[in-house]
Amino acid sequence: MEHISNLACEQVIQTDQLRKVFKVGFWGRRVTAVDGVSLEVQRGEVFGFLGPNGAGKTTTIKMLMGLIYPSGGTATLFGHPVGDPSAKAKVGFLPESPYFYDYLTGREFLRFYGHLFGLLGTALDKRIDELLELVGITHARDLQLRKFSKGMLQRVGIAQALINDPELVILDEPMSGLDPIGRKEVRDLILRLKESGKTVMFSSHILHDAELLCDRVAMIMKGKLVACGPVSELIAGDTTHEVEMVIDRLLPEALERIRPLASKVVLQGERVMVVLSSQQAVDLALDVIRSAKAKLVALTPHKASLEDLFIRKATGVHQPVEARV
Amino acid sequence: MKVFSIALNTFRENLRDKLLYNLLIFALLMIGSSLILMRLTLGEFHRLILDIGLGSINFFGVLIAIFVGIGLVSKEIERKTIYTIVSKPVARFQFLLGKYLGLCLTLFINTVIMTSGLLAVLYFQDVPIHTVLFKALGMIMLEFMVITAVALLFSTFSSATLSAIFTLAIYVIGHLTPDLKTFGQKMEGAGRTVLEGIYYILPNLDRFNLKGHVTHQLEVPAGDLLMITAYGMAYTAFLLMLASIIFQQRDFR
Repeated sequence: MEHISNLACEQVIQTDQLRKVFKVGFWGRRVTAVDGVSLEVQRGEVFGFLGPNGAGKTTTIKMLMGLIYPSGGTATLFGHPVGDPSAKAKVGFLPESPYFYDYLTGREFLRFYGHLFGLLGTALDKRIDELLELVGITHARDLQLRKFSKGMLQRVGIAQALINDPELVILDEPMSGLDPIGRKEVRDLILRLKESGKTVMFSSHILHDAELLCDRVAMIMKGKLVACGPVSELIAGDTTHEVEMVIDRLLPEALERIRPLASKVVLQGERVMVVLSSQQAVDLALDVIRSAKAKLVALTPHKASLEDLFIRKATGVHQPVEARV
Repeated sequence: MKVFSIALNTFRENLRDKLLYNLLIFALLMIGSSLILMRLTLGEFHRLILDIGLGSINFFGVLIAIFVGIGLVSKEIERKTIYTIVSKPVARFQFLLGKYLGLCLTLFINTVIMTSGLLAVLYFQDVPIHTVLFKALGMIMLEFMVITAVALLFSTFSSATLSAIFTLAIYVIGHLTPDLKTFGQKMEGAGRTVLEGIYYILPNLDRFNLKGHVTHQLEVPAGDLLMITAYGMAYTAFLLMLASIIFQQRDFR
């Protein structure tokens, strides 16, 4: 048992004060894209890396994949420094809005990536057939990639990320540009990967997907980590448990008794909509409604979501990102 | 193994590129056109065919080396395909070497096809074929390898358009370096040092040109051939190393 719990806590990705400063333009103006990001991803979890466009998600992922070099801090995959071939061998990566070698057919494309991992022969062919099946493009295996639709490209991209049966899969914006069906399929695929014991890290600005999939999420804004933890904890920390009530036939004097309890009151003809932000206020309002013989039409608890947290954090970030040096 | 896969993939990419076929067809047409030009010329038929033939092979090969070579790396970066390669257990120099060897393979196959065209023309016109022709073709291939390495080097840090301009410039200057040296010798002080420095740094591409030997049926001493080959190889290795160092440092944004 202890062994298993040890495994469960093993850190697959670990970054410590990771920083990236880009020099842009002719004068080499310095722009901090990633500013002191420290996070850990544990084995077997689905980890969401969230943030608005341009927050530093892709830059952080590129540093993990050895595509760009950090300006400061450290990052390790499986305990190896990033860029180490033994770490890369255990990782699958799908870049953001990827382009592939469009003159290759689906099968040739996957074979090429298999060769890069030293996979060969019938074992590779078998793996390719499995993957084409898994991502649902078996019918297109002999079609050149230039004839693929965007959704099909995303799928073959996911297939190339899985060619080496990686322990860790990093997907940069895997749902972007996909239709609702495609998004659902990617979500199902991520869950299937989790079931088979893989660790998945994906970045997204679509919070709904993250809420459905992730064990833990990190939120990055303007290069800084603003929140990190299990989705339920992050939302619980967010104390906006609001309840919305819709009431019919509420007499004006009854409304005046409710008004001090409510954070928002909207009159729509005969109908009143009030928003209450505590359980006590809800109880009191219900008493008033009953005694006034008004009719309660709807009572909707507003579940706190990642979106609330996201928007609150987004408006709270004011630190300067660009600095002339 | 990984280098080999990347090379084969590059070769396959080249094969499916229309530019290559256009250039190849033009080259074959040029070689064939020597048959027509021959009718307009008085005497010296053999020299004309050999001159136009070798010139076409050289010119179109260089065009392929430059215009395919400049895209080797910059296109991969622009199209972000490199993200999926570098994130795999492939060292960056392996990627570069694979791309380089892939294009060299393409150029080799091209040269073989163009040479077959030339040989066919020579055969049907009863032009005697001397071994020096093949030595000259070997040197042309060597020049392609140097030019490709130049294109690759520029391709690692600048855009395709700039790389094309730089590589073309190096190609032209590379054929004029003996003039640079002569010019330098007529100067004094700093000017002389600078010109001589440029002379030694830039590739001396004229060394690979044995067309005169072929048309005049002059033998090339084995020692010379060896020296030129060693020079071409060493220069190529130097360029590839420089390209690897630059490529290793850069961020793919």
